Amino acid sequence: MLNLAVNLLILFGAPLLLVGVINRTKALWAGRRGAPLVQPFHDCFRLLRKGAVISDTTTPVFRLAPSVNLAAVLLAGLMVPLAGGGAVISFEGDFVLFAYLMAMGKFARVLAAMDTGSSFEGMGASREALFSGLVEPAFFLLMAGCMAIAGQTSLADALPALQRSGGLLQVALVLGVISFFTMLLVEGCRVPVDDPNTHLELTMIHEVMVLDHSGPDLAFLQYAAALKLVIVGALIAALVLPSAAPLGVSAALLLLVLAAVAVATGLVESVTARLRMTHVSQFVFLMTSNGLIVLAVVLLFKFGGLR
Amino acid sequence: MKGWLATRNNRSEARADAPAWTLPDLAAEIVRRCQEGLRLAAMFGVPEGGRLIVYAILADDTAARLWIAAAAAATGAAYPAITREVPAAHVFERELWEEHGLIPEGHPWLKPVRYPHDRADRTQTMAGYPFFAMAGEEVHEVAVGPVHAGVIEPGHFRFQCAGEDVHHLEIQLGYQHRGVERLLERDAVPAHPFRNRLAESIAGDTAVGHNLAYCGAMEALLGLEPTPRARSVRDVALEMERMAVHMGDLAAIANDVAYLTGNAVFGALRTRVINSSLAACGSRFGRGWIQTGGVRSDVDDALRSLILKNLGDVWSEAEGMAEKFFSSASVLSRLEKTGIVDQASAESVGLVGMAARASGVPRDVRADHPWGGYADVPLRPVTQDSGDVLARAFIRYLEIRQSLEVIRQRLEDLPDGAARSTSTHATLPPDRLAVSLVEGWRGEILHVVVTGGDGRVIRYRVKDPSVHNWFGLALAVRHNGISDFPLCNKSFNLSYCGHDL
Repeated sequence: MLNLAVNLLILFGAPLLLVGVINRTKALWAGRRGAPLVQPFHDCFRLLRKGAVISDTTTPVFRLAPSVNLAAVLLAGLMVPLAGGGAVISFEGDFVLFAYLMAMGKFARVLAAMDTGSSFEGMGASREALFSGLVEPAFFLLMAGCMAIAGQTSLADALPALQRSGGLLQVALVLGVISFFTMLLVEGCRVPVDDPNTHLELTMIHEVMVLDHSGPDLAFLQYAAALKLVIVGALIAALVLPSAAPLGVSAALLLLVLAAVAVATGLVESVTARLRMTHVSQFVFLMTSNGLIVLAVVLLFKFGGLR
Repeated sequence: MKGWLATRNNRSEARADAPAWTLPDLAAEIVRRCQEGLRLAAMFGVPEGGRLIVYAILADDTAARLWIAAAAAATGAAYPAITREVPAAHVFERELWEEHGLIPEGHPWLKPVRYPHDRADRTQTMAGYPFFAMAGEEVHEVAVGPVHAGVIEPGHFRFQCAGEDVHHLEIQLGYQHRGVERLLERDAVPAHPFRNRLAESIAGDTAVGHNLAYCGAMEALLGLEPTPRARSVRDVALEMERMAVHMGDLAAIANDVAYLTGNAVFGALRTRVINSSLAACGSRFGRGWIQTGGVRSDVDDALRSLILKNLGDVWSEAEGMAEKFFSSASVLSRLEKTGIVDQASAESVGLVGMAARASGVPRDVRADHPWGGYADVPLRPVTQDSGDVLARAFIRYLEIRQSLEVIRQRLEDLPDGAARSTSTHATLPPDRLAVSLVEGWRGEILHVVVTGGDGRVIRYRVKDPSVHNWFGLALAVRHNGISDFPLCNKSFNLSYCGHDL
């Protein structure tokens, strides 16, 4: 019970804090003091108190999408191993449901964006569909590697398997972390894939798809986007953290990894320029090739006698 | 050159001396001269006594000469379009059509320039504008503006895209039309400081540049000669404006590619340049620094060392940042080969200023038609060859250095004597015409003042460099991803209000 409470607290509380850490990192790097860490909470509550403006040209799809998206991402979040060595919901093969819940959220947002009839949002939707479509197979490749080692097919059991085995598998572990960090930048719409701070509609991906949403709908979308950072951050944590630690230690370590991931994201955003739109696919393929290497290493380890 | 009146930058000429042509002959002559290598710098109509006189001004950039000719025409008169042979003339002919109803036959892109009053044909509205269109599968049209995200001026951009690729961009401006030229034509004391403030407001980011052009024209007509000290202080003001805007543009380019470090550092450095300007004249944008006859704020010894120290510090930090910025792989990957305007296109559409120099066209009024201190100390235009966003970014960095050199030279050799001027109340001489060219940070600023029989200004013509360069932007984004448009746009950083007047 305590385990569940701690996990839910982390899952619901950490997302906006993570955004605060990223923004603070960027501000400090740029020589500014930056907004308080809890600013995203204020923004979120401000939006929740507001009314929503809904265009006459839209259909109920537009209104439903933010809620569907948030629900799907939340549900996916429940399957991710958090503190205390287990996920809230965990079963054999849950990673497939996880991947398609994430996809379902995206599908809802893409539909809503198309529903507005705006040429900007259509372009954003097309980009989002392409890039996240490329992430999906890469994710499965990586999972296949982890599952082959673990012999089990739930996220909570498969992910920690890479570190337990040691030896050559350390290579796979490092590549796995890089892959998930790439996934975080794509799913979380961060630089170098997307620019969360830009005001230029023509260059946006995620931001342009939420342009027509307002009030609580916008809060839902922004919260879901932040939640994805925690979800993918927790996948990274599951790869690197010892799974059999007491609840307190494991929660503290998880928060530490999440904070490190946020700082790393902030630093990446500070020192690199955003990719040209045509190069984003190549960046995502980095994750695919990593996944392939992980799988190859694991297979050699398991069946080829390679240590 | 037969049939043309020879003049120079900032010189007053009697209008009667300008040879008169018929409009079709003048058009044919302009085409011929442009094909010989001259440049059409301005072409505009002056309505006088129920008829229209069209003035054309050609620039010979190799001999520091300007040539003036005139043609009388009736409203509604037609003539063969110059634009068919000389694309750079497109905007002049559209203006003549819009303002006076002259019809350039065979003009490929005859549509209003500014919106919507002052137009000869008031039935021309946004809804009836003939935008080019493309058809086909995967072809889509993206309309951006006139209201934009962020605090920028209004303009309408119509993209014809196939997927993410831009095939054509059509830019429709005019939303900022304030009637600046009419205000400058109003009867007032020509050298009153109010006129200078008005000139500074033509384009807020080029306050010094436009004010200098205004002063140049007025001083030519009034026969005023600024003192050597005033000339040096003016050059300092102009170059500080260039430094500040270029620095701000580098920050903006860094921001557009989401390179936070560059944005933060260049942005902070720009502040230090404009703060030096604040110390010098009380305005961060150089407003009120210069006035007809001289300057309003002189530079004393304390201010001189302050400016030199500030700008020296700015440069040493800018150098370090630029080294990182222009060697960062992720930045270069965005800037290189993005938004290319090749030299031939730049020549043909008549790009001016920094954008032209980035495409290998060494066009710089400071070198080609020098005035003030630039006539005494020659300046070599900085050029780049690649014509892409990288060239337009890097040339800014090089020009910041060049500006600093000019400022150092002018301040270190600052002549003694008076610099300040008091306003004169003299009226302008009748029936004269003066052309003033200034190289603002964006490029060639042209002001033409025409006086009537009673010495009143009957035509004040302003040409901001943006007028030519907007079309360069349209060319630059062709065959680029639409997501690179904002970056291309920022690399030109053109003025809406300077275009719309």
